[in-house]
Amino acid sequence: MSNLLEVENLNVAFPSRTGETLAVRGASFTLGKERLGIVGESGSGKSTTARALLGLIPAPGVVRATAMRFNGQSILGLKDQQWQAVRGRHMSMVMQDPKYSLNPVITIGRQIQETYLLHHRASKAEAKTRALSMLEAVKIRDPELVYHLYPHQLSGGMGQRAMIAMMLITEPELLIADEPTSALDVTVQNEVLRILDDLVTLRGMGLIFISHNLTIVSSFCDRVLVMYGGKIVEECKASELHKAKHPYTQALLKAVPSVDHAVSELSVVTRDPAWLT
Amino acid sequence: MIDVKSLSVTFSNNGRAIHAVRDVSFNVAEGESFGIVGESGSGKSTILKTIAGLVTPDKPSITIAGQSVGLKRSKAERRLMQFVFQDPYGSLHPRQTVDDILREPLLIHGIEDIQGKVGAALAEVGLQPIHRYRYPHQLSGGQRQRVAIARALILKPKILLLDEPTSALDVSIQAEILNLISRLRSTHGLTSILVSHDLGVVAYLCKRIAIMQNGALVEVLNVEDLRRGITLQKYSADLLAASVGYTRAKA
Repeated sequence: MSNLLEVENLNVAFPSRTGETLAVRGASFTLGKERLGIVGESGSGKSTTARALLGLIPAPGVVRATAMRFNGQSILGLKDQQWQAVRGRHMSMVMQDPKYSLNPVITIGRQIQETYLLHHRASKAEAKTRALSMLEAVKIRDPELVYHLYPHQLSGGMGQRAMIAMMLITEPELLIADEPTSALDVTVQNEVLRILDDLVTLRGMGLIFISHNLTIVSSFCDRVLVMYGGKIVEECKASELHKAKHPYTQALLKAVPSVDHAVSELSVVTRDPAWLT
Repeated sequence: MIDVKSLSVTFSNNGRAIHAVRDVSFNVAEGESFGIVGESGSGKSTILKTIAGLVTPDKPSITIAGQSVGLKRSKAERRLMQFVFQDPYGSLHPRQTVDDILREPLLIHGIEDIQGKVGAALAEVGLQPIHRYRYPHQLSGGQRQRVAIARALILKPKILLLDEPTSALDVSIQAEILNLISRLRSTHGLTSILVSHDLGVVAYLCKRIAIMQNGALVEVLNVEDLRRGITLQKYSADLLAASVGYTRAKA
């Protein structure tokens, strides 16, 4: 099976007066039609990696890599216009908070429709039917009603579903979800994950799932990358995350307070500077 | 120590009444650590704010240390309990240094030896003297939450109210803050109420846990029962199941 995405030695640098800050350092990974989780704490470079894949690193940030291929084609150093053809159509991204990533003054329906019209030659009526069926696909009970609502009239879970509908209407091959459920309650979180899971399996997409929540990643994804200080420190099967070898992953797992067993004190992550080299 | 008897809170919005809390009763003994869990909008934070006197209940229903309290509190009543808020980025004044932030409660309550007390409070929460004259934006999220805890404890309160104190932090930092809260609570002999949506956090810090749904109290569980999954109501069991992680099994 050929890989959907191949990344070799990816570096993202932000120049500053005191020299370059490397946000991502030598990350290499591949992605097939699977659910790949990326975990790590804030500042570990997981979101930056995702943004680099979509060509969304703002200037003066620089993306360098030995190779970065999507569907066998290099996506390294594409021009803005070339990105337009890839982004949204072939790969898209669901952001963390629907409150900030949906346009507050445009109705949900029109926003979803707009994405479709941007990438397909279709009539408005056709786009509307597509948008409505997409809203139905993300298990919104009354698509006709939600179509005409504004983002502030939706709950967090509904907003996130609308966001997923918007990203999947173009039927991309790759979906990047950056903390898609962090702003949601646990009960709603599982519903949204189920929708993502069903759609990804049904349509045979690749999914990159970024999260700082180890419980979710280990139960939802197939494979996990653990990032620390811009580096991928560990790669393992999600089901075997508890057998992780890297001391950082182990410490991270131990720091999660568990409902199942009592501890008198939570273990704290002690950082070893050697992890960064 | 804290007695809540049939507490109801109603907000009116454009003539529409919203029942945020409906007829909730519980009590917290002195030195006890009580937890409240529930989804967003279940009314858990509103209860905490009502206890702190930031929200008016429909009728007086809160007794603290034997005294019925209302919205208007005396200085002594305010000093008795302190609040740690969810968002360390939003709850510290951006134009005040850590020193100003910690100094203010002492000035308001006319307490002597400000210099020494601020230094001691910083040391207690594990901050260095170099952090004292920094602004909040120069600190990390975990450090800010430490400042918020220091501010709450500098008045030596009896009661500590914690509203999602770690939900804005990474797991690794969360563990440090939770350990700090747990340690300070036992050294100060604090009575505490912790509100969180994370069952793991509540189970770690609290002995008794109230589960809320749609403004009503579903049940109050012992932490041992919660750990073993012994619940009386279906909703509690659902919440417990949802917190374990995603299950692929199709319904």
